[in-house]
Amino acid sequence: MSLSIISPGLLTTIQDLGRRGYRKEGVPTSGAMDTVALRVANLLVGNAESTAGIEITFLGPKIRFETDHLLALTGADLRPTLNGEAVKMNRPIAVRKGSVLAFSGLRIGSRAYLALSGGLATPLVLGSQATYLRASIGGLGGRAFKTGDVVPVAGMTEWGRQIWQALLATHPGRAWAQAAWTPDPRLYPTPHDTPHVRAIRGQEYDLFSEQSQRDFWQQEFIVTSDSDRMGYRLQGPMLVQREPSEVLSSAVAFGTIQVPNEGHPIALLADHQTTGGYPRIAQVIAADFSCLAQVPLGRKIRFREISLSEAQDLYFRQEQRMTEIKQALQFKLHHL
Amino acid sequence: MENLYPAPATRAEVQLYSLGESAVVVQFGDAIKRHTHHEVQALSAYLDAHPFPGFVEYVPAFTTVTVYYNPLEITRSPEASPYESVAETLRHMLWQAVTEAEPSASHVIEVPVCYGGKFGPDLAFVASHAHLSPEEVVALHTQPEYLVYMIGFAPGFPYLGGMSEQLVVPRKDKPRLKVPAGSVGIAGKQTGVYSIQTPGGWQLIGRTPLNLFTPHGETPSLLKAGDYIRFVSITEREYERTQQHES
Repeated sequence: MSLSIISPGLLTTIQDLGRRGYRKEGVPTSGAMDTVALRVANLLVGNAESTAGIEITFLGPKIRFETDHLLALTGADLRPTLNGEAVKMNRPIAVRKGSVLAFSGLRIGSRAYLALSGGLATPLVLGSQATYLRASIGGLGGRAFKTGDVVPVAGMTEWGRQIWQALLATHPGRAWAQAAWTPDPRLYPTPHDTPHVRAIRGQEYDLFSEQSQRDFWQQEFIVTSDSDRMGYRLQGPMLVQREPSEVLSSAVAFGTIQVPNEGHPIALLADHQTTGGYPRIAQVIAADFSCLAQVPLGRKIRFREISLSEAQDLYFRQEQRMTEIKQALQFKLHHL
Repeated sequence: MENLYPAPATRAEVQLYSLGESAVVVQFGDAIKRHTHHEVQALSAYLDAHPFPGFVEYVPAFTTVTVYYNPLEITRSPEASPYESVAETLRHMLWQAVTEAEPSASHVIEVPVCYGGKFGPDLAFVASHAHLSPEEVVALHTQPEYLVYMIGFAPGFPYLGGMSEQLVVPRKDKPRLKVPAGSVGIAGKQTGVYSIQTPGGWQLIGRTPLNLFTPHGETPSLLKAGDYIRFVSITEREYERTQQHES
């Protein structure tokens, strides 16, 4: 059972929720950049939230399904089509074998997620299917998809097949059918045009000049084109320290904003190195990781300061909403 | 048993702070010292033996142990935040870690290196910068037992302490786009081994045939924080015979 890659898109990789337990050996977590989007995609097809899916960046691939499938697309809207007809985001879609998924161009966001009932049949590397390009591990041979690739899939789960049948039952003779409903969009972050990213002060915040501290919260930063899954390189006002100081390498995290000596900050993302030796001016809050991961290259972002306790509350609220989505979907999928 | 380390929790310089909503950093000092390293090791060993509910993993570094946790799984009283609860747990652990700490038998791993030639294109530069012969550079580089302070930068990449001050040399003005895995280099006061192929600006003096990162093993990194290594000079022939990775 497989998918055929007719064209690969710009950067299409297999990702799950990442590796755990190997950071002390220098192995990054990797995994989906927008984990909430991948989790919702999985829930829409009846998978466990942590199931591996496909991360699609800016420019979508063209994929032929060699077997019947139940799928969902979340995250960035890249104007998906099935057999040339527009298809909607954020809902379960049943396709018959031979159907071709393509994308006609980025509308909003930067990363879309494709979940398939049952997930992908690629091996676990250090406990995860996530692709980590720099060390060439995980996913499909440790690399992004190429034209002609055959991606092994696990095949629909029993529940997935029931949903598949229910969706196509009302559209006999059609090659694909999508649910008429979608989870309440207020329950999960969706990419938007003017990203405001909330952050808390980093441990070395006080090392920066007052002017730089003000600039950080008040000015805009552009996500430059040399950004990647390791981090966004941001261009804006120069951030300078009061006096030059040396920071010893220590662990960093998704969303850590560190400032190398040349003064331009880097926001660390899914493939970030496990340790860093630059002063950390801020830390993006977990509830805004999705928002950060969906900022397209060339777009401006602004940071807004909040406290750690607010950040913790916002994270709990996000997870509460995920539980609501999960419950609502379990009901909906059982009553198709 | 004799207590080798003073209780860190009694020392003013131990600091705890957050790294976002799902990590706490325990900082034992602000300079690279063997003593601080032993405290880092003691807490790491304690966490290995006593993971708490919600604990995910930890990363030891020169002066810190960063402890990652899942905020949803932390047991806590209603008035305490996950951060406060984890910080409290770790403060208790600091006491325990120190009283339970056993000096681990120092584990010395020999790392064979073929110095100079095609594997060490910058050996001549390092030698002339240090006013030494290439042979003297090799002798100085193979002499110490280096302490692995931490693994970071790349999978399996060791930050080593103990290099001779005579070998201090600036990094290359222009980093190489591809440094092969196994390359042994010097940058400033540091020496290290590239564990995977990556861009890099260190002066390359040799290469080891060993794999420092094996993604399919249970412990992917050959080295871990707290290990000691000694470089052993080998010939090109010996290198070819023991090579584990693709050239």
